[in-house]
Amino acid sequence: MIHRVRMIMLVVGVLGTAVVFGAAVAGMPGFGGDQHPYRDLAVAAAFQRATANVVSSINFDQRALDTFGEETILVASVAGVAALLRPVRSERRRRVRPGVPVLESTRLLTVIFFPITVLVGIDVVAHGAITPGGGFQGGVVLATGLHLLYVGGRYRLLERMRPVRFFEITEGAGLVIFIAIGLAGLALTGELFRNVIPYGDLGQLVSSGTVVLLSCAVGMAVVSSVVVLLAGFLDQALALVEVPDADHSDDEAAR
Amino acid sequence: MSAAGFAHYYPYGVAGAIVLLGVIGIAISRDLVHAVVCLSVCQSGTYVFLLAVGYQYGGLAPIFGATVHRSTPVVDPVVQALSLTDIVVSAAVTSMLLALVIQIAKRRRTVDPDELRSLEG
Repeated sequence: MIHRVRMIMLVVGVLGTAVVFGAAVAGMPGFGGDQHPYRDLAVAAAFQRATANVVSSINFDQRALDTFGEETILVASVAGVAALLRPVRSERRRRVRPGVPVLESTRLLTVIFFPITVLVGIDVVAHGAITPGGGFQGGVVLATGLHLLYVGGRYRLLERMRPVRFFEITEGAGLVIFIAIGLAGLALTGELFRNVIPYGDLGQLVSSGTVVLLSCAVGMAVVSSVVVLLAGFLDQALALVEVPDADHSDDEAAR
Repeated sequence: MSAAGFAHYYPYGVAGAIVLLGVIGIAISRDLVHAVVCLSVCQSGTYVFLLAVGYQYGGLAPIFGATVHRSTPVVDPVVQALSLTDIVVSAAVTSMLLALVIQIAKRRRTVDPDELRSLEG
């Protein structure tokens, strides 16, 4: 019965939302038109600040305070996950056995792609101001590169290459560096996140003022966040085992 | 609606459909992991919507270089920056929810929302 009520509510809600959404869309400018007032303003501002990648200019210069909020959300969620995934009372940590069977071809591809992916990640972070990319994208690529070791069956090596304590510190440090650059703008010009470094020439590696620095700070925070996050989840899957006790012995046997 | 009018609003319709499909998936879900993935599907609809809003026929990527100059028509970089924010928040939410699902699975030994209805004292 409650199931049927729920389905009726769902149909009513979906149809109602579809009608309201359709009415809203009908009043919008058509797809692919040439009226983009924000685009015009953002492109002019990015050009004036010699930032070739307009998206990075928006994220790390024109809307830097929003990006600070976004980065804070990410770091806060990592803290939340770490709190949720800490070992509970009936669990204990074990050493993860090496030598998980992995296909030779997977192992080979991991060896080839591990350095390439890490290099590409660093490149994407460092060139965030002039080519597609930036701190968020590059940070995720870097963290993915590290975790290729796990795909290749080298979990113990991965554990050695990403000391979680260290990445917890760099995660916070990325956030602190980001706000410190913003406060430097406040101290020098009276505007938070003001781009205070000389802009340089459009398209050069060292151009666009603070965008490169903020991008690197975000890259540091993101790579650390992803590493700490995945460390928590991998721990759950691999390193934590439940100690069988009287209440759950049947469940343990079934697993 | 004419064919041209349809083409003008079709991408927005796709975005709305993705969001609603995600909502339907959450509502009929029998597994919390599935529900979390459906929420990600919902949020993907918002990426499609943002990018559709910023698109311009013939517009290039908003990266200055050999082919893009100050007055070249480009697609809207503002919505691209917004969808980047969207993706990051989506990743944060998904990871939090998955961690909650792990905790629920440990405590209640089920991830079926229908079996979790009674509140634990």
